[in-house]
Amino acid sequence: MKVTITVNGTPYTRDVEPRTLLAYFLREHCGLTGTHVGCDTSSCGCCVAVLDGQTAVKTCTMFAVQADGHEILTVEGLAAGGALHPIQQAFSDQHGLHCGYCTPGMMLTTVALLKHTPAPTEAQIREGLAGNLCRCTGYNNIVKAVQQAADVLRQPAAATK
Amino acid sequence: MKAFSYVDAANEKDALASLGTERNQVLAIGGGMDLLGMMKDYLVQPVRLVNVKRLDATIARTPDGGLRIGSAVRLIDLIEHADARRMYPALVELAEQVGTPQIRNAGTVGGNLNQRPRCWYFRNEEFHCLKKGGATCFSVNGENQFHAIFGEGPCHIVHPSNLAVACLAYGATFRLAGPSGAREVEAEQYFQMPDHNLYAENVLQPNELLTHVTLPAPMAGLKSAAYEVRFKQAHDWPLAFATAALVMEGQTVKSARIVMGAVAPVPWRANEAERALAGKTLSEETAGRAALAAVQGAQPMSRNAYKVRVARTAVTRAILKAGGMKVV
Ligand SMILES: Cc1cc2nc3c(=O)[nH]c(=O)nc-3n(C[C@@H](O)[C@@H](O)[C@H](O)COP(=O)(O)OP(=O)(O)OC[C@H]3O[C@@H](n4cnc5c(N)ncnc54)[C@H](O)[C@@H]3O)c2cc1C
Ligand code: SF4
Ligand code: FES
Ligand code: FES
Repeated sequence: MKVTITVNGTPYTRDVEPRTLLAYFLREHCGLTGTHVGCDTSSCGCCVAVLDGQTAVKTCTMFAVQADGHEILTVEGLAAGGALHPIQQAFSDQHGLHCGYCTPGMMLTTVALLKHTPAPTEAQIREGLAGNLCRCTGYNNIVKAVQQAADVLRQPAAATK
Repeated sequence: MKAFSYVDAANEKDALASLGTERNQVLAIGGGMDLLGMMKDYLVQPVRLVNVKRLDATIARTPDGGLRIGSAVRLIDLIEHADARRMYPALVELAEQVGTPQIRNAGTVGGNLNQRPRCWYFRNEEFHCLKKGGATCFSVNGENQFHAIFGEGPCHIVHPSNLAVACLAYGATFRLAGPSGAREVEAEQYFQMPDHNLYAENVLQPNELLTHVTLPAPMAGLKSAAYEVRFKQAHDWPLAFATAALVMEGQTVKSARIVMGAVAPVPWRANEAERALAGKTLSEETAGRAALAAVQGAQPMSRNAYKVRVARTAVTRAILKAGGMKVV
């Protein structure tokens, strides 16, 4: 089936089998390997991308055909013009990652979280990231990273991000 | 996963036209949060999927003052709907506790009500159990700590849907559309016990879709709540939960509807508890007595006797919470 999915602002038209998962559409058909696959069962959150600028979705549990005509943001779309996105900068500053396998999913979930809840409490951050597992960091530094990103993104200068 | 074809149905009519009459051959796909798991594990191998996300995705007022929820409404939309929360708090609270944020972002109301059971033998391709056409229910002599404490079998699943339990408590009706028109079925009549229907959990036919959930206007004095007990706060299904819908006059319960979840193959209405509570002044004691009545007749399996106690606690707390009392 022919599908057109706009990934990070670029439309990708590809002929895919209906059983192609969105995660593999991104990784294999678009060559964007920043979206990771961990569990493949909608548990770990490694594969999260943002749908239509708003909604965090697990791309391992979605067919590419379901995203036909929609917009997807992946980790490759975060850094604009080579400068790290405030969320990436915050994960770096706060040591919100060790191995980095979970990090793209954490950051994309954070994009959607901060869109809906620009000034989250710690509880809201932990609840917002409940669908993302990390085997390395123990989460505290991830929470701090999200807090830092929220603070930065709320400043007027960051409003265009 | 086996290859299949995909129909991106534009509306209800197109979706219905794409279905078939043989079970599990053509399947509806909403958010796919349940279905993809079933397909990845080869538990269903449909030849065609029909997208039902373009069916009604709105929540609208009904003429009698209730709400009509389209099956394509996502759990997140329901959670964020102010009228739904005000009128049917137990339904919204139960939607809020489903899985994880991303699951609620994708999962639909239609998919939640029609999701398949989580029995681990059912979900494991290697176990050809009764429900899959085999000869044995492996849970009977096996690992049954999360299985049913009510019902005579022969299959001992617990119904997996959070929303289904609230739908029974609020007296919802479901609209089922098929090739020769639509029918309205009460939530209580929709779900079926395995001795009536072993291979599916409800009356829906393969060529039908669930298109709407209609909730009647809340009665004057209606106070309702849900209480869940879980091992983990995310990524999991509840051990047992309860929804209480009480019609109150001052502190007196005029009538009650009490439904338990995760205890039986269908949402389990606790008629005895409802009777025990009717006419009583609401207190910790009367709530506790109703909860005891709710679990009378429970028949736990070899490893899930603890669930009787958990269900009882959930009922007590749902009643107290509904009445606005402190939950101890
Ligand atoms: C880790 C995890 C935890 C979860 N925890 C919970 C929980 O605590 N409580 C809970 O209730 N659920 C839980 N879920 C189940 C979750 O899948 C559902 O809540 C979700 O709402 C399913 O909706 P969907 O649209 O994605 O369904 P889909 O996967 O699209 O569909 C599910 C089934 O319903 C059928 N179907 C879909 N729409 C219709 C329709 N309109 N008419 C007829 N049939 C239809 C499909 O054919 C399929 O068989 C959990 C899931 C996961 C993965
Ligand atoms: S409880 Fe039902 S689904 Fe589970 S093993 Fe027994 S027959 Fe199969
Ligand atoms: S790979 Fe998608 S949730 Fe784990
Ligand atoms: S940084 Fe290693 S899994 Fe999260």
